[in-house]
Amino acid sequence: MTGVLLAAVKVAVAFGFLMGTVIVLVWAERRIVAFMQNRHGPNRAGPAGILQTAADGLKLFFKESMTPRKAEFALYIAAPVLAVVPALLVFAVIPVGAPITIGGVTYTLQVTDLDVGVLYVLAVSSLGVYAVTLAGWSSGSKYPLLGSVRAAAQMISYEAALGLALVPVIMFTGTTSLAEIVEAQGGTFGGGLPAWNLVLVPSFVIFLIAGFAETNRAPFDLVEAEQEIVGGYHTEYSGMRFAFFFLAEYINVFNMAALTTVFFLGGWHGPRFGPPAVEMALPVVWFLAKTWAIVFLFIWVRATLPRVRYDQLMAFGWKRLIPVSLVWIFLSMVAIGVRRFGLPWA
Amino acid sequence: MTLADYLPIALMALLGLGFSVVTLWLSWKLAPNRPTAEKLAPYECGIVPLQEPAERFPVKFYLVAMLFVIFDVEIVFLFAWAVRMDEFGWAGIAAVGLFMALLGETLAYVWKRGALDWNVPYRRRYRRVVAEPLEEAA
Repeated sequence: MTGVLLAAVKVAVAFGFLMGTVIVLVWAERRIVAFMQNRHGPNRAGPAGILQTAADGLKLFFKESMTPRKAEFALYIAAPVLAVVPALLVFAVIPVGAPITIGGVTYTLQVTDLDVGVLYVLAVSSLGVYAVTLAGWSSGSKYPLLGSVRAAAQMISYEAALGLALVPVIMFTGTTSLAEIVEAQGGTFGGGLPAWNLVLVPSFVIFLIAGFAETNRAPFDLVEAEQEIVGGYHTEYSGMRFAFFFLAEYINVFNMAALTTVFFLGGWHGPRFGPPAVEMALPVVWFLAKTWAIVFLFIWVRATLPRVRYDQLMAFGWKRLIPVSLVWIFLSMVAIGVRRFGLPWA
Repeated sequence: MTLADYLPIALMALLGLGFSVVTLWLSWKLAPNRPTAEKLAPYECGIVPLQEPAERFPVKFYLVAMLFVIFDVEIVFLFAWAVRMDEFGWAGIAAVGLFMALLGETLAYVWKRGALDWNVPYRRRYRRVVAEPLEEAA
């Protein structure tokens, strides 16, 4: 029974944390992009405009949600829900800090730890493709349809590269549990460098690029290329239904940054010092600092790079990222083999 | 590791579903709802739509989906081996190397056949096929 209660508390905390994160994330993105473009950005609602997202959310809540005449209503209304739920589910396996001990009981700062964490993340995050496809198809309008088939093809293409980039990580750490992947990055290499999986540099770069494409972020935001296909798959959505796609997109951005931290940047590892309370809280601080650094990179790239063309996008995914990942898996498995088993002819 | 590990995931899914359904329902109840014929028409940049949404779209998208399945299955096989890599030693690496070479060859074949090219004009892609019967006729 306590197990159920603990699970419920963790789920509620994770949910609240994600909602708060999205509010800050949307504001941070608008402010940072604004500063990079020599504008002010939203600065009226609350201190420095931090309540802008909440205000927007409230506004969308009270806006009319219209259903286009030709929409397939059941699928049309299911699509935004299908976008949000997988985004929440991915976060459930991300360890946000070291296990903490209160009153002799140890709690993991992770909603749940699965043995097959990596497979779970890949499987659940690709459920988001259903939301995109159904939203576009059920709207009964041509721009959403075009936007959704484009987005679906883009997401599944880069998912292959995303998965391939993780193979060396699993070879290196020998586990698919996210908590254990973080655990394995605890020590240091010779010379005091932290033993992060960042040493697998090509994997890191491929994962990051594929992550940009998976979350439909610039320079791969073809889904909402307004010159060609208006708003993409959510053209026909308004009010709260649109807000749900928006929410899902930003949760996915945070998830992708958190996963990059977990897989490559040592998760919550970092120097720990001070009195017990501070020492216990520091891992969470390190995790959030690393994740937000990646989030900042997402925003920075969006403010810097122009959108690629669709044929360039597909060519880059299939003709560059996937062959490079295959070669890199081959090289890393030979290198790891030499390190662990010696030379094959020795 | 037991099925109990998946309980929080079920709870999270329920919470997400509940939140979505309640929010959408409340918003639908509280927001104004004044549909008009123009408002509910498919979006078309302000002009009267001339075409229905396409019922067919380029076959290239299906091709991408099929290629994705091939590579996704490869990834799943690689994951299974990568976790237990130490138990198989060099024999495992050789086997996986062969497996990857076969898939690399698949990719090379598909690439050479032009399945990864977008926006290639029909005439250029099928130049030989189209040109030959014409020469015969002449």
